[in-house]
Amino acid sequence: MALDHSDKPRTFKVVGTRPPRPDGIDKVTGRARFGADIVAPGMLTGRVLRSPHAHARIVKIDTSKARALPGVKAVVTRADFGAVPEDVADVIDNCMAGDKALYDGHAVAAVAASSAAVARKALRLIDVDYEVLPHVTDVDAAMKPDAPVLHAGRQEETVPEGYSQNVMSRVEFGHGDIDKGLAEADRVVERTYRTGATHQGYIEPHACLATMGPDGQADLWCCTQGHYMVRNTCAAILGMEQGQLRVTASEIGGGFGGKTVVFLEPVALMLSKLAGRPVKMVMSRSEVLRATGPTSSTSIDVKIGMTKDGRITAGFAQLRYQGGAYPGSPVDMGSMSAFAPYDLENVKTVGFDVVTNRPKAAAYRAPGAPMAAFAVESAIDELAKGFDLDPLEVRLKNAAREGTVASYGPTFPAIGLEATLEAAKAHPHWTAPLGENQGRGVACGFWFNFGGDTCVTLNVTPDGTVTVSEGNPDIGGSRASMTMMAAEELGIPYDRVRTIIADTGALGQNEVTDGSRVTFAVGLATIEAARNAKREMCKRAAMIWGIDEEAVEWVDGAARPAGPNAGKHDPMTLKEIAAIASNTGGPIAGHYEVNAEGAGVSFGTHMVDVEVDPDTGATKILRYTVFQDAGKAVHPAYVEGQFQGGAVQGIGWALNEEYIYGEDGILQNAGFLDYRIPVASDLPMIDTVILEIANPGHPYGVRGVGETPIVPPLAAIANAVSEAAGVRMTDLPMSPPRVLAAIQGQKGG
Amino acid sequence: MSQIHVTTSINGDATEFLCEAEDTLLDVLRDRLGMTGSKEGCGTGDCGACSVTVDGRLVCSCLMLGAEAEGREVTTIEGMATGDRLHPLQEKFIEMAALQCGICTPGILVAAKSLLEKNPDPSEEEVRYWLAGNLCRCTGYDKIIRAVMDTAADLRRAS
Repeated sequence: MALDHSDKPRTFKVVGTRPPRPDGIDKVTGRARFGADIVAPGMLTGRVLRSPHAHARIVKIDTSKARALPGVKAVVTRADFGAVPEDVADVIDNCMAGDKALYDGHAVAAVAASSAAVARKALRLIDVDYEVLPHVTDVDAAMKPDAPVLHAGRQEETVPEGYSQNVMSRVEFGHGDIDKGLAEADRVVERTYRTGATHQGYIEPHACLATMGPDGQADLWCCTQGHYMVRNTCAAILGMEQGQLRVTASEIGGGFGGKTVVFLEPVALMLSKLAGRPVKMVMSRSEVLRATGPTSSTSIDVKIGMTKDGRITAGFAQLRYQGGAYPGSPVDMGSMSAFAPYDLENVKTVGFDVVTNRPKAAAYRAPGAPMAAFAVESAIDELAKGFDLDPLEVRLKNAAREGTVASYGPTFPAIGLEATLEAAKAHPHWTAPLGENQGRGVACGFWFNFGGDTCVTLNVTPDGTVTVSEGNPDIGGSRASMTMMAAEELGIPYDRVRTIIADTGALGQNEVTDGSRVTFAVGLATIEAARNAKREMCKRAAMIWGIDEEAVEWVDGAARPAGPNAGKHDPMTLKEIAAIASNTGGPIAGHYEVNAEGAGVSFGTHMVDVEVDPDTGATKILRYTVFQDAGKAVHPAYVEGQFQGGAVQGIGWALNEEYIYGEDGILQNAGFLDYRIPVASDLPMIDTVILEIANPGHPYGVRGVGETPIVPPLAAIANAVSEAAGVRMTDLPMSPPRVLAAIQGQKGG
Repeated sequence: MSQIHVTTSINGDATEFLCEAEDTLLDVLRDRLGMTGSKEGCGTGDCGACSVTVDGRLVCSCLMLGAEAEGREVTTIEGMATGDRLHPLQEKFIEMAALQCGICTPGILVAAKSLLEKNPDPSEEEVRYWLAGNLCRCTGYDKIIRAVMDTAADLRRAS
């Protein structure tokens, strides 16, 4: 079969339109089944007992009274799990504390009981003898040599002497000579920036239903961004073979990175194993905030030099990220992304991964990048304004482009940063007038985009419809995108294809839904699976026509004879070929398995207007516009939705959201009332401009779009607030008291 | 402890159930009646994912006891469509991509329907303040607000 691989820009029939999503009706009628929406016969309720201390040695746990309570069917502590492989040791320790409780909310025991009321009562009957230890929750305090130590003896050799053992590792990226570059500058800005820890804030708490039998087979239903990851992790922890554990992903009520790890699942499986009955576990909101993945709080030093005409001569940043109770903060990605939007001769970033007595940080949308961008983009803005230069022009002057050697190593292929900056410059928002106490800010952002292990099966049914099985939970409309790409490639209508999310028994390994990988990698695999199905259908037509299969091509949903010696035959549609498949060799399917590379990096530019009330310090977002390169927008409405949602999460991070710890190391705002995410009345409409600079690594040019939108807002808003308030804001969130203090400090100074 | 017998109406259907005194209406709907369309995002009345109406008034079902449903008329997301006909708000939410993950969607639809019944011509600001008790983490609210405004305009033209 001859496939079209020409370089000319292709025209699309389905891709780029806005059809209704296949799971739409389920989700507007309440029929969609999320994590907590399922029951099993004989099901028990599981509940977790959590540490009330920020840091404590667990001397003894006495569960005898809980076990004796009628209705209690199983009690689990860490001792039940025994030894586990090293690569999941921290994972199980986070799910169920070992020798020490490392943060307020750390799980220490769990029960399965006949009802929620019995389970709650049983938790109160568990006696835990704690030896309370000194704690530390601040990143800079945790790095000091005399700080309380969470994990002794685990520091990597990359860390120089003089730091606490809480500093787990150090990374470094860059090229050139910083001192030389700084010497060439007309001005150098050197500042320290700080960001608070924020939570992903998905509205659906973690939930699962585990069923494990004495034969070692188990089934698990859970809300997760990656059920294959859940399978592999739980199997390792429980000492099971992966093939014996079948995991089905529920509909997922938001994740943003926070559902890329396990919390309840191994515990539910262990409870089910011990009780011999299905166990359902659902977290409360306060458990979600106390014990699941927030992002790092950070402290970042930046030093940037610029010439008076706006050329950046050197960029340096030292980034310190606390990642909670275990190693693995996203400081590496922060350090790699900090200066990625710029073509710099002299650039260096140094990152420190620090542990503290807080919940282990999980990924949060472009993990690590927003804080780094906040620091760097704030300093660039300050330099531009100091020289009275246009901040968009300064960014254009320094922008990374095709051929730029990125600060973290690779050389960029075709990228879209300049396109977003040019679009921003040309947009009416840029020249709209501002009033008193108002300011406008811009900032750029970058994300790597991921690919990874991906597996798709496409089946042609006897009546000529098509089903696509993919292994990544649909977190925001990806079923629609896969359906569209399959329909496009096969040349059949959108409504003739249905995409389902298969369980772990149905497909091979699939990487989690993360890093903006799904529309790119699963899309690529869907297209290739469709191409394989087309090859097979061309082969069947060739067999029927008695010609060579190379003499058949696939055009507009049908096999056609092609070339001088093919002879004259009426085209056979997919439907016609499918109807007689049984007589031509059996069912027709296409599949594709790949570790997808070529994800294609992503850039965006955000522009925001704010008004700051000088009497209260409160900030109102007046206008917001997102400019981002999507490569090719498969379903533009969902691309816009990613831009808008990311921007608003960034607004929350910039203005409101923050984990607040007391002196006692206890989280003080573990609820949506006090951990306040943006609500509808806080916001204006979020305008979007989609740029399409094709990604050469994808058959249709697609780039992931989900992560980048949260990268620029922190800096864009800080730049706007700083202009409106007349004072440079360096700490997030820019809550009213903090802004008011800055304004008053400025006046007093 | 003996359970409480409650007689009520849910989406127009006469319904009886037994519940514990401490069971919320949301617990009853989800765990006793199998109506899982109403979601528990917080259990403290902050997120609105459990929104229902009781005698026409919009409430968080996590803040009301199941026993308090005695003699009331409760409507939930499961009662929003009529047979195979979606409510115009439901259709518009799909058409305009006003949902991403969909967990907040039932609560937002119930709340928006309640708004349009009281105010068929709301301003953008009125929609934003009415829905301020319904958290959505995915969309940034833009498409939700537009979908509600658009539905209101359609309904005004149709009436």
